[in-house]
Formats: sequence, structure tokens, C-alpha cells
Amino acid sequence: MAKVLVVTSGKGGVGKTTSTAALGAALAQNGANVVVVDFDVGLRNLDLVMGAERRVVYDLINVVQGDAKLVQALIRDKRIENLSLLPASQTRDKDALTPEGVERVIGELREKFDWVICDSPAGIEKGAMLAMYHADVAVVVTNPEVSSVRDSDRIIGMLDSKTAKAERGEAIEKHLLITRFDPGRAARGEMLSIDDVLDILSIPLVGIIPESEEVLRASNVGSPVTLASPDGVAARAYFDAARRLAGEQVDMVVPMERKGLMSRLFGRRVA
Amino acid sequence: MSLMDLFFKRKPSAGIARERLQVLLAHERIATGHSELLAKLQEEIIQVIARHIKIDRDQVHVKLDRGNDMSTLEIDVDLPTVMPVVSAR
Repeated sequence: MAKVLVVTSGKGGVGKTTSTAALGAALAQNGANVVVVDFDVGLRNLDLVMGAERRVVYDLINVVQGDAKLVQALIRDKRIENLSLLPASQTRDKDALTPEGVERVIGELREKFDWVICDSPAGIEKGAMLAMYHADVAVVVTNPEVSSVRDSDRIIGMLDSKTAKAERGEAIEKHLLITRFDPGRAARGEMLSIDDVLDILSIPLVGIIPESEEVLRASNVGSPVTLASPDGVAARAYFDAARRLAGEQVDMVVPMERKGLMSRLFGRRVA
Repeated sequence: MSLMDLFFKRKPSAGIARERLQVLLAHERIATGHSELLAKLQEEIIQVIARHIKIDRDQVHVKLDRGNDMSTLEIDVDLPTVMPVVSAR
């Protein structure tokens, strides 16, 4: 049965779009039929991160308003054939996204795909609410930093009260994805540790993505990091998280960078 | 990192972050919980009154005052002197 997953966070810039692309690609690389949907109307970026920015013809709003058929708007990934993108509109007003329209589109996507992954806009306004409303599963993306943790707490409260599942009295499955984690700084007490964040937010952990240069490089070239550097630390962490989402038991380890002598001596500049 | 930092090592700050968050979120969770409860109460109280009396949404005020030992729920309904009764069906 299809699962609708929302990638959300409250705060902007914590890695929602990067994580949507990476988790979507990782699930597809493991054989599932996946669509990633950009809900950030007016500020779309998932197309750019996925490297499909020049292939956008129709978008989510066109489909919601009935100006285009779903199949016309879906962009199939050139690298993985079982991965598709439904882009957001760059120009339209976000009020064009109606609850009824979104419900119909999500329903159609459920019939076509195993995973419907919704990339939520930042904030707690209408767009974010619509992105989470139909979700069966939520991935809350959090940086180990006070403002991100606070906003995640707020979003968790909304997942528990403002989603279709919550309104039906059912529990929505929630997972915490910690991104931009620096094990060294956490060990030195300079950054909130994984345990600190888990204690405060108390939802199960689905993955720890270490801070990594590969993430920026992947978005520079327009590729999910699991495709751009599949053997890197960030990609390995995303692959593990995707397997956990699919129900597998995977030990929680933070992949570490294997540093050569030169980069040990001269830090990151030599990498 | 400046040269001074090497001599006067700063205290790790993650513990401070954790404590600040714990205090703040304890308050915020109660506050958002209350505002949702109040919205629900207001909505249902309006519905009950509207079954018998024609009433406007802004004629009903619900307020929660938190004290240390006891909290009070204040429901304030403005009614016109001649009550426009909803006819019985």
C-alpha cells in the first residue's frame, strides 16, 4: 500500500529539500516506486536540487486546478526510472493550493507510487499545513541547534493535531532526522548531542546525517547525494534512514569520514 | 578561534542550550495546548447556545486564567435583552 510521507521542520534551511531528494532517491534506488512532491509554492527548489529545473512544464498547481493532467506534470528522473518529481509552481499565488485539489492529487499519486514524499515549505502557514495534512508518516528534519529544535517541537505538536490521521483519532508515524551533525563538536560539548535532542523531542530517531561537503557538492550538480556520492558519509546515512523508513532494522551509527594524512594535517582545505 | 581562546578555554555550551530548551518548551507546550483547548471549547459552547438562541460568534468569550493552586475558566456570553429564540422544530 502506498505511503504518504511529509518531510517537515518548521524552520527553514535545515535540509528538508536535500533530505526529500536523498530519501526519495534512496528508496527508489532500493527498488520502490517513488514520487517527490514540492509543496513550496512560489519558492520551488526541489527541481533544482534534483537537476530537473529545465524540464518543468506543468506543476502541482496546474494539476490541482485541473489545467494539466497528473502524467503531464510528472517528471521522470533520468538516472533512476522509478523516481519521479512533481514540481511546485514558481510564479503562482500559494492560495491556489486548495485542500480539495491537494486531496485529489494525493489520491491519484497513491495509486501510482509506493511512496509519495512531500517536501514541506518552512513555517507553519497554509502550505506547510497542506503538505502534512494527508501524511501517514512524517520525517521531522532537525539541526542540533536551539531554534531548529524549538520549531521541530512545534511541528510535532501540529502533526499530532492538524493532520487527517490525527483528526480521525489515529496516530501519525513520526521520525526524527538529525542533519548537519558534527560528532566531534557534540563530543566536545559544543553542540547538542543526539541524546539531548532525542530527550527533548521524544520521537524515534530515523537517521543521523553528518555535516558533509558532499551535500553541497550534490546540490551544486543537481543530484540527490545518494546518487552523486553514494559511498560518502551523508549518502550512507540517508541509505540507512531510507531502509529504516521501509521497516528494516538497521543499527544506528554515524558514518565517519575516512581522512587521509593530508586532510588530517591541513583540515578541509585539502579535500 | 583567537589566541586568547587557546589560553582561556570557553565552557562547552551544549549544556546551556539543552537547559534553555527544556525550560522554554515546557512552557510552550502548555501554552499551545491551552490555546487549542480554548478554541475547541469556544466552538462547542457556541454550538450549544446556537441551538436555542440566535447568537453571533463574537458574543461568546472564553478565557482561561491559570493560578498556582487553581485555574478558572471564564465563559462570557453577551445576550440581548430580548432573546431571539430559535424556533423549536
